[in-house]
Amino acid sequence: MTAALRSVEAERRPQNALEALRFDGVTCAFASNERRGRTYTAVSEGKSTLLNVAAGLIRPSSGTLSVFGQPLKQGLNKDAAYLFQVDALMPWKTAEDNIAAGLIFHGKSKAEAIATAREWLLRVGLHGHGRKYPHQLSGGMRKRAGLAQALALDPRILLMDEPFSALDIQTRHLMEDELLRLWSTDRKSVVFVTHDLEEAISLSDRVVVMSAGPATKPIAEFDIDLQRPREVAEIRMTQRFLQLHAQIWQVLRREVLKSYARNPA
Amino acid sequence: MHATLLDPRNRLVVLLTRLLLLGGFLLLWWLLTSRGWISPFFFGDPVGVARKLIGWFVTGSIYPHLYTTLIETILAFLIGTVLGLGCGLWLALSPFLAVVTDPFIKALNSMPRLIFAPIFALWFGLGIWSKVALGVTLVFFVVFFNVFQGVREVSPAVLANTRMLGASSRQLMRHVYLPSAMSWVFSSLHNAVGIAFVGSVVGEYLGSEKGVGYLILLAEGVFDIDSVIAGILLLTVFALVLDTTVSLFEDHFMRWQPSAGQTVSGHA
Repeated sequence: MTAALRSVEAERRPQNALEALRFDGVTCAFASNERRGRTYTAVSEGKSTLLNVAAGLIRPSSGTLSVFGQPLKQGLNKDAAYLFQVDALMPWKTAEDNIAAGLIFHGKSKAEAIATAREWLLRVGLHGHGRKYPHQLSGGMRKRAGLAQALALDPRILLMDEPFSALDIQTRHLMEDELLRLWSTDRKSVVFVTHDLEEAISLSDRVVVMSAGPATKPIAEFDIDLQRPREVAEIRMTQRFLQLHAQIWQVLRREVLKSYARNPA
Repeated sequence: MHATLLDPRNRLVVLLTRLLLLGGFLLLWWLLTSRGWISPFFFGDPVGVARKLIGWFVTGSIYPHLYTTLIETILAFLIGTVLGLGCGLWLALSPFLAVVTDPFIKALNSMPRLIFAPIFALWFGLGIWSKVALGVTLVFFVVFFNVFQGVREVSPAVLANTRMLGASSRQLMRHVYLPSAMSWVFSSLHNAVGIAFVGSVVGEYLGSEKGVGYLILLAEGVFDIDSVIAGILLLTVFALVLDTTVSLFEDHFMRWQPSAGQTVSGHA
């Protein structure tokens, strides 16, 4: 499997852009990859591993990770929020309490945290569902709550590990638009791992294609010069989108075929 | 028609059938013993048992015994649960200790712990504390294993997510490990209630001056089978009451859960 990775940068400042994350010769126990330069990478089998390294949840076997120029030596990456592929809400807390929990961990008072959580519920379209427990919410609603939980902390970096892959296609498009809308208000750095090339192109400013495993590494990089603000359903019909899709797919297809040759589907 | 009449969701029909079953059993018991087909000397008779029970409550002679047994059971239940919860959390969160203590815990658990009763009688005397101690050893392991399991079953994604949200290790304990273990604890508490009663009653058999177990032992000594059965019924009713109380707490604390969790079954 090949992962296309896309990154949304804070702003389009090609030369003097701030480095949100930097992997220097990072190798992981599961899959190794090497990356230099101002970008974000992910690997197919080890892509979650790489995000975990970026989050500080695990240490790379070798190499270093820098966050905004500061090397991350120990502990978690305090600048990052992480949206997991699987549901990670605390099932024993209501949607509201889940969103408030992060704020409480950061030292906010309970009343203050709940007030902020309510604002975020509204912002992600979960108004009136705050008192529900995760099992009472649909898959899309849980993702919205998860997104609110991450964004409520106002992180500088958002790590996303195929967050919408479990959703049906319509919900997925809705969530992609939702993400674009939320992102446009404060333009955080987002590292988004996905297998869905269309998702990668329509959301990001740059797509990094990773080679097929096991020793995966980034093999190609594409700047996505589609206009913002974007609407996922519309942008997919434009000429430029199709051009980019064809270009990236050429690279991606080789890797997919390689991967199938190794592990037939 | 037939299928709809025996619908398991029809609560009235279910209740009536249950009452019928109970009534039928009592009637059969009464018929067998009153006709002399089986000996009332060995099997008691329902009328005698009922008379005994009413007599106990009317004269009030049962209260000190019932009170003693209930206090022993509740104390054993509470102390055992708190200890089991504490040790379960502690061991589950320190893998080294868990590996070191593993064979000892297995040995203690496979040992028939009721044999501690005489030792506890020596250590704590014939009062309630020897029974409480026995009950605690029984309850502890049921709760302990469930908490241990519960903590290890914490979803790694939830744990990682909560850490990313900035939780300290104490906050992780309070917001993730404890609530996650609670569903296991509650399912184990249903076992623990019954087992706590076993501890008190067996303790009372082996040496005591008060309690329902003591009463049953006395009655058995004079071949008063009606009193023995009345005592057993009384314990059953109170075990059910305690179990229902646990269920009420469970419904409140576990309202976030779509359905009840599974349990590691215990044995006494």
